[in-house]
Amino acid sequence: MIPAPFDYLAPTTVEEALAALGQHGDDAKILAGGQSLLPVLRMRLNAPEVVIDLGKIHSLRGIRDDGDALVIGAMTQHSVVEHDPLVAEHATLISKAVEHLADHQIRHRGTFGGALAHADPAGDLGAPALALEAQFVIAGPAGTRTVAADDFFVDLFETAIGEDEILTEIRVPKHTGWGATYEKFVRVAHQWPIVAVAATVRVEGGTIAEARIGLTNMGSTPLRARAVEAALVGQPATEDAVRAAAAHAAEGTNPPSDLNGEAAYRAHLATVLVRRAVLSAAGTT
Amino acid sequence: MTLTEDEMTQTAPDSTLEIGKDRRRKEDQRLITGRTRWTDNLTLPGMLHLAMVRSPFAHATITNIDKSAAEASPNVVRVITGADVADEQGGLPNAWPITPDQVTPNHPPIAVDRVVFAGEIVAVIVARSAAEARDAAELVDIDYDELPAALDLKEAAEDKVLAHPELGTNKSAFWRFDSEEAGTGGNVDQAIAKARTDGIVIEREYRQQRLIPAFMEPRSTVVDPTGEQITMWSSTQIPHILKFLLAAVTGVSESKIRVIAPDVGGGFGGKLQTTPEEFITFLVARQVGKPVKYTETRSESLMAAHHGRDQWQKLTLSAEKDGTVTGFKVELLADLGSHVSLVGGGVPVLGAFMFNAIYKFPAYQFNCQTVLTNKTWTDAYRGAGRPEATYAIERIMDELAAELGVDPFEVREKNWIKHEEFPFTTVAGLEYDSGNYEAATARAKELFGYDELRAEQKRRRDAGDQVQLGIGVSTFTEMCGLAPSRVLGSLDYGAGGWEHASVRMLPTGKVEVLTGASAHGQGHETAFSQIVADRLGVAFEDVEVLHGDTMVSHKGLDTYGSRSLVVGGEAIVKAADKVIEKAKPIAAHLLEASVDDIEFNAGRFSVKGTDQGLAMAEIALATFAAHNLPDGVEPSLDSDATFDPVNFNYPHGTHLCAMEVDTETGEVTMRKYAACDDIGNIINPLIVSGQLHGGLVQGIAQALWEEAVYDDSGTLVTGSFVDYLLPTAADTISFDLDHTTSPATTNTLGTKGVGEAGTIASTPAVVNAVVDAVRHLGVTDVRMPCTPERVWKAINDARGGAQAETVGAAAPHFDESTGMDGTVDRTSGGN
Repeated sequence: MIPAPFDYLAPTTVEEALAALGQHGDDAKILAGGQSLLPVLRMRLNAPEVVIDLGKIHSLRGIRDDGDALVIGAMTQHSVVEHDPLVAEHATLISKAVEHLADHQIRHRGTFGGALAHADPAGDLGAPALALEAQFVIAGPAGTRTVAADDFFVDLFETAIGEDEILTEIRVPKHTGWGATYEKFVRVAHQWPIVAVAATVRVEGGTIAEARIGLTNMGSTPLRARAVEAALVGQPATEDAVRAAAAHAAEGTNPPSDLNGEAAYRAHLATVLVRRAVLSAAGTT
Repeated sequence: MTLTEDEMTQTAPDSTLEIGKDRRRKEDQRLITGRTRWTDNLTLPGMLHLAMVRSPFAHATITNIDKSAAEASPNVVRVITGADVADEQGGLPNAWPITPDQVTPNHPPIAVDRVVFAGEIVAVIVARSAAEARDAAELVDIDYDELPAALDLKEAAEDKVLAHPELGTNKSAFWRFDSEEAGTGGNVDQAIAKARTDGIVIEREYRQQRLIPAFMEPRSTVVDPTGEQITMWSSTQIPHILKFLLAAVTGVSESKIRVIAPDVGGGFGGKLQTTPEEFITFLVARQVGKPVKYTETRSESLMAAHHGRDQWQKLTLSAEKDGTVTGFKVELLADLGSHVSLVGGGVPVLGAFMFNAIYKFPAYQFNCQTVLTNKTWTDAYRGAGRPEATYAIERIMDELAAELGVDPFEVREKNWIKHEEFPFTTVAGLEYDSGNYEAATARAKELFGYDELRAEQKRRRDAGDQVQLGIGVSTFTEMCGLAPSRVLGSLDYGAGGWEHASVRMLPTGKVEVLTGASAHGQGHETAFSQIVADRLGVAFEDVEVLHGDTMVSHKGLDTYGSRSLVVGGEAIVKAADKVIEKAKPIAAHLLEASVDDIEFNAGRFSVKGTDQGLAMAEIALATFAAHNLPDGVEPSLDSDATFDPVNFNYPHGTHLCAMEVDTETGEVTMRKYAACDDIGNIINPLIVSGQLHGGLVQGIAQALWEEAVYDDSGTLVTGSFVDYLLPTAADTISFDLDHTTSPATTNTLGTKGVGEAGTIASTPAVVNAVVDAVRHLGVTDVRMPCTPERVWKAINDARGGAQAETVGAAAPHFDESTGMDGTVDRTSGGN
């Protein structure tokens, strides 16, 4: 498990990191915690000439309250997000998802932005980011730009981040008072979810006023279950109503088939897990 | 006599004795902190490093190897191909040809002109650092012509595609035991024929999936050829056997080879092997005249260290209508993989004597065909043959109970050996010396809350709950403590089964114990110290157990088959007793008494009827000084003993598992696991608990999580821990364990093996529970591992009226590629 030789750069500012990226381009890889990159390097599945470690850029760490949104620095470790009271209060869905992300060791090393930039459709953060309509702040040579979650995930392991750009922070609109559940289906605790559902709902007087649902590992990117959301709005938060809406969960998805389940099984799981997640988020179960 | 733990506590064991104490393991601090001599920690002056270039193909002809770029890579000393060493590399040994006509392919450490599994070594890089060796390995340019690969076990058994075309067949050996021929029982076919007319016949086919031992420490080998001897350090379970076989294969004199297994991080049978990597490291070190190290990566370990299990089991059980079994016929296909490895062919044979388990079957027949395929070779894995047998019999006994509509214990009680019938000679010809299935079962049911859980199960069934409850039973036994040498001889095994020990009294009163049983995590140092402390009446802390170095403990047969305590421990007892016998005349001389008047008790030699005496330490010092010894007595108390057991021993237990099955998703969740094991007398209850808890999880993992899967080109799909699912503590529950005690009669300590018991027992208990939870829906089997998807499909198939086709009896040939389309490789992404 020895990687091919590479040069290691550890910039201390975003500007330095962007300059390094501009200089090395295709030959460079960003290290943002290394929980996905290092195994790839060690198994020699990839051999970049330069690794640019963002770990020394302190400005990329931390969580702050910015009025109607929380701003999570891209290099904030999962364990920090997991235990952050602001996240727990205003973006409960993220707290719930991070709590069961991989294992303790990985949560201490892996970063929030690193995992999102990796864009593994089975990763636990994409679906909550979609459901909470997060905004991705991306720095590049021409300055920063902001990309909506819907536009961020492009394809398998592919995002809107350009080759000369770095994800710096994630703005999460506050969903204070929304119920939230991350329903993760795994065979063993440390594996990637076979399917997971991120659901957050706002219930008013027993009626679902708003609902946002993200799906993990149901296609080449994390997906939003819009048909379910539409079917839920205005419905009572009851088992029957939610069951009927959840029947739409697999619409527009293209789940993978692998050792843990064929596509049809995942489609079935999605409908079951969406129902359970919504009912739980609505406080019905 | 059988006592429960509670009753034993009431009898107040002697608190001055070490045996029975929950001693924390003295080796654990260094093992857990890693401040110790793992093989890969060794760095010798001038040491070179190896990297292996391995075949990506399951079966291919090597047409060309261009090693020039690798040779030109920085600090590469040598690049070696199979052709370079074809005449001198020898072949890996098979120590257990199970039949005289066994078909055994040649097994070169480095493939010469053809590769026969994905992962086989094709070239070896020798470089000044491990990193440089690995870099150069990427530069070896090899041309292959791919050949059709024999991958599916059933198809391979029909010789559709040949794994080794030059052999003309994939069938390696056919091995049979028949109770009528052996004179131990009746004719099984007659019993089955009779039951077809007036009884019950249960026919099932079970799949023992392929497993990967996945020991914690990947294998590592260092060879130092400098000096008079060649020294090999290796992460192995079998330093003594390895030394012998290195000599036998290479022609180097056995006396010139020293093998050291320093601290070894687990094995589970996976290091009961002589490996290509060991022979290659030995060969290269001799060629270059310098120390050489090879440490495998985890990927290499999963791919190329031997696998376990991998059988199809066709079973026919006949019974009378009251549940009395009249016959049991077993037809196995066993996947050897690409070669017949060290004892790989013998693994199913070890199971042959266990399919009848704890039962009094009047007729029994076992048939096994071992089959070569183009996959990693298989060999011993925790339990080795006995988990497979136990799974088969305990699953089918539940099926018999279901067929009869009775509680699973009813058919077991009707057929098991009653405690007053011991010693009992089974239909497989083994003599079980002791046991008490009634007592263990009563205690296990009590721990489990059997009646309450059955009542809850009924309530949930009646209510049609979405989550159903199932209860699985496994009343296992096993044969362990390998093994009586004569029996091994009768089975054509290449060695004996004795164990050797030396006890050395040091002048300061400390004791060195040398054992041939080489630990790889079991806790030998602690348990053996407890035995010697009691035997010689010295302090636990004063005993040092040395093992794993053929120059220190020069004689031994190593560790596997739950043998260390019952064979190795007994050898230590016998050596310690010799020390006492040697000390007695010296004590008598010093005390000016007659030897006949000397008593030895609690570490003190005393003259009967007086208060005169000397401690063992005083005798040790006096013997060392040798100033005043009786005439003709040598100045040494050191003693050796070699113990060859007269019988295996037979731990048993009743294991109960409650599983919840979500009928909507197929998700299975363990609710409760309770077991009462009878492993005879216990030296260290804490170590026993550790063995049982770990063993249980390993067996549960076969039932629920683990499976080595190849795609249809012969690539191991489960090539990393992303896809080969090992459980962690997060996936298990706390087990409720107790024991009953029927001491073994075949060793003086009355102990039975425990290293494999949990693994052997638990797998069928779990699957029986899963099936039991949904049997009322029409499910009769779920293939292992019981993934949620398999459970869900089984329920759906049953609900769809396709009950006859629910896996089990009419299962189609296993298509190893099922469901692999569109797999996302979690390790190949990047952003």
